[in-house]
Amino acid sequence: MTGRAVDGICTRTLVVPLSWSSEARKEVDENHDKKFRNQTLCPLVARGLFFAGGEPVTERVVLDAQGVDRALTRMAHEILERNKGVQDLVLIGIRSRGVHLAERLRSKIESIEGASVPMGIIDITLYRDDLSRSRQQPQVKGTRVDFPIDDRRVVLVDDVLFTGRTVRAALDALVDLGRPKNVQLCVLVDRGHRELPIRADYVGKNLPTALDEEVQVRLTESDGRDEVVLVRQGG
Amino acid sequence: MEFSRRHLLGLEGMPKEEILFLLDTAASFKEISDRDIKKVPTLRGKTVVAAFFEPSTRTRVSFEIAAKRMSADFVTLSAPASSAAKGETLLDTARNLSAMQPDALVIRHPSAGAAHLLARHLDCAVINAGDGAHEHPTQALLDLLTIRERKPQFEGLVVAIVGDILHSRVARSNLHALRAVGAEVRLAGPRTLLPRECAAFAFATTDVREAVRGADVVMVLRIQRERQVGNYIPSIEEYARYFCLREEHLAEAKPDVLVMHPGPLNRGVEIASSVADGPYSVILDQVRNGIAVRMAVLYLLLTGAREAMAATREQLQGIPAGKQRRVGR
Repeated sequence: MTGRAVDGICTRTLVVPLSWSSEARKEVDENHDKKFRNQTLCPLVARGLFFAGGEPVTERVVLDAQGVDRALTRMAHEILERNKGVQDLVLIGIRSRGVHLAERLRSKIESIEGASVPMGIIDITLYRDDLSRSRQQPQVKGTRVDFPIDDRRVVLVDDVLFTGRTVRAALDALVDLGRPKNVQLCVLVDRGHRELPIRADYVGKNLPTALDEEVQVRLTESDGRDEVVLVRQGG
Repeated sequence: MEFSRRHLLGLEGMPKEEILFLLDTAASFKEISDRDIKKVPTLRGKTVVAAFFEPSTRTRVSFEIAAKRMSADFVTLSAPASSAAKGETLLDTARNLSAMQPDALVIRHPSAGAAHLLARHLDCAVINAGDGAHEHPTQALLDLLTIRERKPQFEGLVVAIVGDILHSRVARSNLHALRAVGAEVRLAGPRTLLPRECAAFAFATTDVREAVRGADVVMVLRIQRERQVGNYIPSIEEYARYFCLREEHLAEAKPDVLVMHPGPLNRGVEIASSVADGPYSVILDQVRNGIAVRMAVLYLLLTGAREAMAATREQLQGIPAGKQRRVGR
């Protein structure tokens, strides 16, 4: 135990989760998105500016629904090109938005190639490196990979690539399931600021960001519409 | 949902949402035990100490496997009774254990309230693995998980608990949990083993047939010979004649009835072999689910910094956290 006893109570160091990117807070704060969605319903957002708790927040749409769809179509083609078809190919989505993206890629690949690709779901919660540091209890929703991944070409799918810590955790989770032939990484947005030596093989959009900005990927399945927005506090 | 509990002492008073959250978490852990590599690194560096002041194989092994599949270190006190025999009090034993800085203490003790006592005085998480005839929360959780896998809705389910209700902590924990999630509970057993107070919680009868009629689930309890149950019933043979669950009883239950037993089985005493090994029996599923439930409990109690910790302590001790005496060091 890391904490010291104070008045007979063991306290652990309370640290803010690694960052506020949509990657790093993935399972940590489920309500965060909800809070945000409620805020964005505020009519002032239409004008790109509103005040939350005295802090001005600006939002910029960097990919609209069409942009998201085009990026996914291109990446589906790139995946097929690189792997010369669907032989041994499997898609694994990282919970939760990576799963929606993987499903869409799968249907795109199917319509292009006429063959279906197995798809699995990976929950990285149990592999996080900040479990005893984050304040909230990450909810485990479980991994579901119903096929062997040994000697397969695995395409990991996620929404935002930021520090690389989620991908590190996903790689650890993957090797616990088997020994793939290779692992490729597909992300909708690469926002930079890597903290680990990880790069993506397929990128929907490269988005240079500042550390205090937040990238939000919204998908119809979970958020009611498709878009990628850059949110900035104190604009 | 945010799980802010510091200890798992019992299910009495636990709200439905929390029980369902525990079951959801446990369900997601089942897949790990089906892997070739049955281990996740989640609880690396955490130490779980098991102090069993009563004999147990299943529960202890289940906790040990659960802890190890989560990468925690697991230490068992083979015979903590020995230091008790030397005159050490439970609290002193526990304080000594606590001084070795474990992250969780799993305790089984013949006295009701033992886990609660330790929770008030120790710095680590305390998990009740059975305290006298009081509660056995992880057993009830695994029972509920097993039921939910076959019957998705708890509301309206009829669960008959048959046997030695008086001495059964499994029955108590299940009674609280099942009522919380909306199931109807019936109790059946010899009048001497049916506490009068239970009528306030559930329909109670001395007729197994009546309890089982139309039931979705039948839970059979073990006759606990170690608790001098012989003083309450004329003989084991007579008990078996009236209360042993047989196929003829199940004919009265729902066609998709589940038969459960917390183990170990006394074949031919409380359950007929043909029932225990029959098509309705989910006894081995219970054992399998026990691992997932204990993994979930360890995960939820041992990860995340706990802001609610002080509040829990305050509740338990009834004094503000800031004014507490330093104990256990």
